[in-house]
Amino acid sequence: MKKLLVSFAIAATLGLGASAAYAGTLDDVKAKGFVQCGVNTGLPGFGNPDASGKYTGFDVDYCRAVAAAIFGDPDKVKYTPLDGTERFPALQSGEIDLLVRNTTWTMSRDTTLGFTFAGVNYYDGEGFMVHKSLGVAHVDELKGATICVQGGTDTVTGLADYFKKKGLEYTPLVIDKLADVNAAYEAGRCDALTTDRSGLAANRLQMKNPDDHIILPEVISQEPLGPVVRNNDVQWFQVVKWVSNALLDAEYLGITQANVDDMLKSEDSAVQRFLGVGDNNFGKSIGLDAKWAYNIVKALGNYGEVYDRNLGPKTPLGLERGVNAQWNNGGIQYGMPIL
Amino acid sequence: MAVADAGRISSPRDRWYNNPTVRSIAVQIILIVAVVGTIAWFANNTVTNLRERGIASGFDFLGKRAGFDMTTFLNTNSESTYGYMLLAGLVDTIIVAILAIAIATVLGLVVGIARLSSNWLIRTIATVYVEFFRNIPPLIVILFWYLGVLATLPNIRDAIQIGPDFSLSNRGIFMPRPVLGPNFHIVIIAFVLSLVIAWAVRRWAHARRMATGQGFPSGWVGLGIVVVLTGGVFLATGDPLTFELPVKTRFNIVGGWTVTPEFASLFLALGVYTASFIAEIVRSGIMAVSQGQTEAARALGLRDGLVLRLVVLPQALRVIIPPLASEYLNITKNTSLAVAVGYADLVAVGNNVLNPTGQSIEVVAVWMAFYLGLSIIISLAMNWFNARIALTER
Ligand SMILES: N[C@@H](CCC(=O)N[C@@H](CS)C(=O)NCC(=O)O)C(=O)O
Repeated sequence: MKKLLVSFAIAATLGLGASAAYAGTLDDVKAKGFVQCGVNTGLPGFGNPDASGKYTGFDVDYCRAVAAAIFGDPDKVKYTPLDGTERFPALQSGEIDLLVRNTTWTMSRDTTLGFTFAGVNYYDGEGFMVHKSLGVAHVDELKGATICVQGGTDTVTGLADYFKKKGLEYTPLVIDKLADVNAAYEAGRCDALTTDRSGLAANRLQMKNPDDHIILPEVISQEPLGPVVRNNDVQWFQVVKWVSNALLDAEYLGITQANVDDMLKSEDSAVQRFLGVGDNNFGKSIGLDAKWAYNIVKALGNYGEVYDRNLGPKTPLGLERGVNAQWNNGGIQYGMPIL
Repeated sequence: MAVADAGRISSPRDRWYNNPTVRSIAVQIILIVAVVGTIAWFANNTVTNLRERGIASGFDFLGKRAGFDMTTFLNTNSESTYGYMLLAGLVDTIIVAILAIAIATVLGLVVGIARLSSNWLIRTIATVYVEFFRNIPPLIVILFWYLGVLATLPNIRDAIQIGPDFSLSNRGIFMPRPVLGPNFHIVIIAFVLSLVIAWAVRRWAHARRMATGQGFPSGWVGLGIVVVLTGGVFLATGDPLTFELPVKTRFNIVGGWTVTPEFASLFLALGVYTASFIAEIVRSGIMAVSQGQTEAARALGLRDGLVLRLVVLPQALRVIIPPLASEYLNITKNTSLAVAVGYADLVAVGNNVLNPTGQSIEVVAVWMAFYLGLSIIISLAMNWFNARIALTER
């Protein structure tokens, strides 16, 4: 129903709007005083409301970073929880300004859906979780199994591709809401559950007894996850893209939430450019003030801190940095320089 | 007219633009132009905007490979096109709608009649049934069946075995599947033929009773004809029917027939939910038939069952059919609640088509067209039925 309404909203915005060359998201956001951010309905570590409805998570921190860059206040965000099928109509129609919901950067989403990805905040891949009692150790043993998967994702495609390539039969059970997918899997309606491996780690924690489930070692696809915006507003795209870069750059430059104020005194030109010290004002070029990047780190810390706080080894998810480490630290995360 | 108007010189009515016919035509033309113009303006804007934003539009995607798998009644796989996937979703919608309509009608009829029973217990049970189900949102009823009943069945590895080939688990009901042999069409022909003969016998018996008053057990004779003829041909063609048995594999039970919990919960929920409304319709239909009819029929010596069947229900039907039609429409539309349990109906499939293509407007258009088509078919069928019953009125 909600989807139907959103689709009508798309029809209405597209049908009523005389001109499509619309570039005012940043102005709109400044005028209304908050960023409307599309997030998970509830995925621990990425986007998850607590009992009081307050959202936390890795993706949520990206929403907050954008708000910090614009307003100097990470709390100026309103969240729209979206399941797999709801998220794209919500972004197309303008219901949200920004979507940060472990969304994979694919070519069709980047083109024919009318979006553009502002970066990759997590390099991931599709994997499988199974009931330990089945004694399954590898994906290829899942011949003939029933596999639960959330609808409206590219996970369904990855699953079909892989089993076709391997010539394995399986029975898919495609369900829209994550909570229902988890419930069906946990009740034994399916033998395995598939999604991004980071998502598996999060879903596993949702199980009554996480130790009854194992995540198989195979990674069957490439899932670069990142923040997405509409492709008709370059200025807004630049804001979100450079907020992403700033988080990575801060880690590279060694700027942390704890030392950011001390760093204001740094003699390093790269740090001075980042923090808007002296007459450096890179914020201006994206419609923000000179302290935009300072405000991000002050409020949330750098990429590594955001990662460690939400996903890292010390959290319940316990995800090692792996490929998501900085390029000079064994990973492939790489911030474009502020120069 | 002419005489009456003769004395008047020129009334405002005589001006052409005040002529009611001209006016009504003009108003209609303006309305049509306005409606068509607005739609065209919307459509044009939409297409232009979609194009400028680089969002795909049009229905070309229907012919493209879908690339995902869903479990549907039609045979689909990731090589199927988006269009075929949507068709499979439509078929799933139709199947569950038809079966739910059937069970809701039967159950509704029984409960509706029971509501008027003179037996306190029967009446009370029926009342509780109606009050219970009609006051719960259908989604809750679906989840009740899915999570509350079917999900609590044992795991497939500990399935409840009923006989060697029939089992019950939280993956569904598994049973042997009849496989028609090459000669089976002969049996079907024999069956149809026997039905025709039975019908002819019945007509003959009816005509004779009208003419002579002599009775004839046409029901039993007809049944005999069908059983003997069909059964005989079945045996004569030499076992044209075999059964494919469900087999246990490492993860699943494969082969045979499976009724999935997704289908079963939707079917049962829509059935029992809508039956509560149909029961009320049946009850009010029966109450609309005047008490005098019942009394007169009893006075003629008809038993209670016959009074209901021959006198009350035929008249009640005229009151029942129109609101019944709208319950059928409701069932059809409520099948879209399937997404809650992962039954691959039109909406669930549409959601998965909408996602990779991003063509929400087109998918919504397909949804609307399909649901509208189904609704129109149901309405036409019910109108036809209604007209038929109305004709028999004396
Ligand atoms: N990366 C994939 C899948 C993302 C996805 O939807 N993952 C699920 C399963 S972990 C999820 O986050 N669901 C949470 C929700 O629906 O709120 C995509 O972009 O299509």
